[in-house]
Amino acid sequence: MKKQLLAVLFALVPALSMAAGPTAKLDAITPDLYNFESLHNGARLFVNYCMGCHSAEYQRFARTAEDLGIPQDVIEQNLILNPQTAYNDQMRISMTKANSTVWFGTPPPDLSLMARLKSPEYIYTFLRGFYLDSEKPWGVNNTAFPDVGMPHVLADLQGVNRLACDPNAISAETIDPLKGKIANPRDCFKEVTPGSLSPAEFDKAVYDLTNFMVYVAEPSKYQANAIAPKVLIFIAIFFFFAYLLKKEYWRDIKH
Amino acid sequence: MAGHRNKGNPGLMGWIDDRFPATAMWEDHLSKYYAPKNFNFWYFFGSLALLALVNQILTGIWLTMSYNPSAEGAFASMEYIMRDVEMGWLIRYMHSTGASAFFIVVYLHMLRGMMYGSYQKPRELIWIFGMAIYLALMAEAFMGYLLPWGQMSYWGAQVIISLFGAIPVIGGDLAQWIRGDYLISGITLNRFFALHVAALPIVIIALVVLHILALHEVGSNNPDGVEIKKDLDKNGVPLDGIPFHPYYTVKDIVGVAVFLFVFVLIVFYFPEMGGYFIEAPNFEPANPLKTPNHIAPVWYFTPFYAILRAITFSIFGLDAKFLGVLFMGAAIAILFVLPWLDRSPVRSIRYKGWMSKVALVLFCISFVVLGVLGVLPSTPLYTLLAQICTAIYFLVFILMPFYTRIEKCKPVPDRVTG
Repeated sequence: MKKQLLAVLFALVPALSMAAGPTAKLDAITPDLYNFESLHNGARLFVNYCMGCHSAEYQRFARTAEDLGIPQDVIEQNLILNPQTAYNDQMRISMTKANSTVWFGTPPPDLSLMARLKSPEYIYTFLRGFYLDSEKPWGVNNTAFPDVGMPHVLADLQGVNRLACDPNAISAETIDPLKGKIANPRDCFKEVTPGSLSPAEFDKAVYDLTNFMVYVAEPSKYQANAIAPKVLIFIAIFFFFAYLLKKEYWRDIKH
Repeated sequence: MAGHRNKGNPGLMGWIDDRFPATAMWEDHLSKYYAPKNFNFWYFFGSLALLALVNQILTGIWLTMSYNPSAEGAFASMEYIMRDVEMGWLIRYMHSTGASAFFIVVYLHMLRGMMYGSYQKPRELIWIFGMAIYLALMAEAFMGYLLPWGQMSYWGAQVIISLFGAIPVIGGDLAQWIRGDYLISGITLNRFFALHVAALPIVIIALVVLHILALHEVGSNNPDGVEIKKDLDKNGVPLDGIPFHPYYTVKDIVGVAVFLFVFVLIVFYFPEMGGYFIEAPNFEPANPLKTPNHIAPVWYFTPFYAILRAITFSIFGLDAKFLGVLFMGAAIAILFVLPWLDRSPVRSIRYKGWMSKVALVLFCISFVVLGVLGVLPSTPLYTLLAQICTAIYFLVFILMPFYTRIEKCKPVPDRVTG
């Protein structure tokens, strides 16, 4: 009976990871909202490489500037590319949804909440996972997002890779290296054209970009982190006095 | 008579009491409402449920000030609240976390009632009003979940409303009548908004008033299930009773502090609670053309959702989906008649026989396992497990009239114990 109960409990363990989304194995990443150097670089990469097609329409330039400590003139000169966009405006793009639907089949999604919709790990793996695939409309495929409808926009930084192993093995979750299969599809990337960054530099750049997207998905985190300890200390002190009050009153009650 | 207290006295209170029973109400419900002195940990959850309700109403009012109830603007207005409204993120997380917190305390409050037989005569109406609150709360939570207009809002509502479509003959028309459209649309969103912010809160508040009035009419039960009103002192005050105010008000404040500590911890640091309080697909606007891979209701509905999915067979010409809906409805409906299923001569689980104890434990296990299964995609093993737990869930209630009558109970003490 005990064994059966245990078996049932083990059968339910996957429930704990219910929030897991994509099936491909994702690379680990620890975002750091207090590494402002990384966030500044991420913001720069985001505006230069992502915001050609993707908006972050719920976030304002001014909010980004204030939260990340970027001076207004730096934002206006380097991050606001459309002369009609004001410092206080949202991070919108010039491309219309009607046009992008024609060009890509579906409009590129808004990225404000992408890090919460997917996960930081997913974005980090996705952006590093492009490889050549001549059968796809944009000539590339992706290890985290098979049949992706997006070109490899970071190609000049990463360079271009091809997959030196069976692409069918890619969507499998964890593959045993001892059996000669691929543990991480990126391990069998072979460089076709070098990029302007070394692999380590590129990983760092994608980390920064992911970090920025984590920030953009929930900018209130700074305020939450700042207030939380004060509120918790207040409640703890309140608890102490509430407990003393209760003890004092209940002294009269005989059990 | 209660209404005549403090009448004709000088001063402001006398003036008011001549015109309105303020002192009488204060005494009847607080300072001279005698509650048993042996309330334990489980008795915090009633007042905490009231706190959760107040939190939902206050944060809800403030959310309404900035929320835009339209298919075009709802999702964007949520992000506007999260980013541009001063402290909007805090109000929103207090509301979304508050919904889950409300269900946690309500489930514990109901379990307390089941453990100590607080539904038994003469408290049947308290239990029924409570069940009605629970039912209204489920409707309230379901309709509130549509309002952010994310993918899970949309498809969750799609799944639940389509359940009405399973009812033979009238189902299709009924589902369309609820939606107000051929599919979930801005029309559905607007009516759910109206029901969520106006109609159902009024119903819930009214039911809470009835729940408390009924409780104060018959008096509170306690962990021993002993009736304290049978041992009175010369003034007619129960010997084992203490005035609710100040004794239980100061005690409940301690519970409030502990609750708030945990609540704040979640609100500030884990508002999504790993995808259980706010589901990740809800960070994408509703898209009627794109079905999410896995649609799971929010955790507080999952036990009933698992029962719905556990029915995979047809009987008597009724198809599985309709039977599932029937079983799901019956799982909630059977709780309403709990006061008449329990035939035990004693109230509290402390003095009931072993069969009642085993049944209560089995009930808790089946409810939790069903809750876990409800968030998982169904597989043959999980479906079998859900079927077993559904059977246990119903058997606990169906067999209750028998095992509560035949089992040997322990003697109940005359007065409450520690």
